[in-house]
Amino acid sequence: MTEEHLSADSGMRTERGRTHAMDLNAISRKFGKLSLEEEKKCIRVKDFNLFYSENQALSDISMLIPEKRVTAFIGPSGCGKSTLLRCFNRMNDLIDSVHVTGELRLHDLDIMDRHVNVAELRRRVGMVFQKPNPFPKSIFENVAYGLRIQGVRERRKLDEVVEQSLRSAALWDEVKDRLNDNAMGLSGGQQQRLVIARAIAIEPEVLLLDEPASALDPISTLKIEELIYELKTEYTIIIVTHNMQQAARVSDYTAYMYLGKLIEFNDTNTLFTKPKSKMTEDYITGRYG
Amino acid sequence: MNNTHLPQHISKQFDNELENVRSRVLSMGGQVEQQLTDALNALMKSDNELSKAVLDTEYEVNAMEVSIDEECTQILARRQPAAGDLRLITAVIKTITDLERIGDEAERIAKMAIDLADKQAPRSYYIGIGSMGNYVRNMVHGALDAFARMDPVAALEIAGRERGADSQYSAILRQLITYMMEDPRNISSALDTIWSARALERIGDHARNICEYVIYFVEGKDVRHISLEEMEKEVKG
Repeated sequence: MTEEHLSADSGMRTERGRTHAMDLNAISRKFGKLSLEEEKKCIRVKDFNLFYSENQALSDISMLIPEKRVTAFIGPSGCGKSTLLRCFNRMNDLIDSVHVTGELRLHDLDIMDRHVNVAELRRRVGMVFQKPNPFPKSIFENVAYGLRIQGVRERRKLDEVVEQSLRSAALWDEVKDRLNDNAMGLSGGQQQRLVIARAIAIEPEVLLLDEPASALDPISTLKIEELIYELKTEYTIIIVTHNMQQAARVSDYTAYMYLGKLIEFNDTNTLFTKPKSKMTEDYITGRYG
Repeated sequence: MNNTHLPQHISKQFDNELENVRSRVLSMGGQVEQQLTDALNALMKSDNELSKAVLDTEYEVNAMEVSIDEECTQILARRQPAAGDLRLITAVIKTITDLERIGDEAERIAKMAIDLADKQAPRSYYIGIGSMGNYVRNMVHGALDAFARMDPVAALEIAGRERGADSQYSAILRQLITYMMEDPRNISSALDTIWSARALERIGDHARNICEYVIYFVEGKDVRHISLEEMEKEVKG
């Protein structure tokens, strides 16, 4: 070994490929992962405020919710996450004292415009609640309900959509032999998947899930989470959950809300490993309160 | 967790578990540091008793690594830590691997010390090793200190010293090559000395790694495989 060899060798050893900063985003992109800014947007919220009479429940919320992704809202009770979710298909219209300012758009549609056909909006933006709420009808009729309201009478069409929706909701194999049984006889987890089947039968663009698994046992919960994963190829999904691990498991993007404000909105991986806000950190690590 | 930037958990038990893991890492670090000190003293003083003592304590460090790993796995399974807590556990799991390797290198030095004592290698071989040994031992101490205080700026400073260890290693290499060229009978003990210097150089690398984990834990920034200048930007920027 000569002097040159030595110095060249030790020079390499000193830096050992450390001269180039790795662009981790570039690597993520290579695997098909977009950043929040790069995603196609589905819902636009801008300077949005909501009041229950005098009480402000949401303040200055601005966010862009990406299309065909799962977005989770987390935060302590009363932080406004359900209130915000319910605005997306105007469920808050049912409460008289509510008034809002700011902008809420589903693609080009101004959601809060009073000329909006709310029934049509709710067809485009379906919702599933914490407690499964099947109608006291047969399994088949539950799923076919939305289509019947739209005036679909053709039996073949109904059969087709019901089967397709139940398959998408991962329920078909469990109920295909008893489609005419009353839906109330299903287990809680099955009822919840039935309600999701009912929601997707009318081909919405967005699915709002308000604590969809919090009344279910762990296995049913995992089935719902698996279902959410399957459904995001077709639908934009927004989920409100108290279970942070659930948000971490199922969502692509997570929003942390506190006292009616949006504290942090980021991709789920970043939010759960290196949140920007200390408030977010305290909440997700169990230091809040 | 009093000396970090976060308040306590709602679950006190979780605080205790994290604190416990952290203090066990520090006691493992103390043990490894002692091994390194003993191995270097044994080498410098041709003290075979001390060398054997180092070899005898190696299993303790290994056992500590296994048990801290186990503890971390349990915390992951039972607490599902997030954010800073998760980064702490990740940093601990990686830190103890590097500590264990430092222990292995100290063991290697102790073995070389026995060989060299038997061969009665000339004193002049050790001059560079002595000062490089002190330099690297200070790095290990500083890295553990940065870990204890969760101090990214101190970690950055220690990580920067790795270059010094590398250049000392090159200098020792050059010096011993000269000895080997002068007289081929020197080759065997010169090679043993080179292996010891090589072990010290590796220890410097491990100390730098530990510093990188400290920065990752505190700042949430992964600073592996980037230059020192970029690292500085990440920490101070």
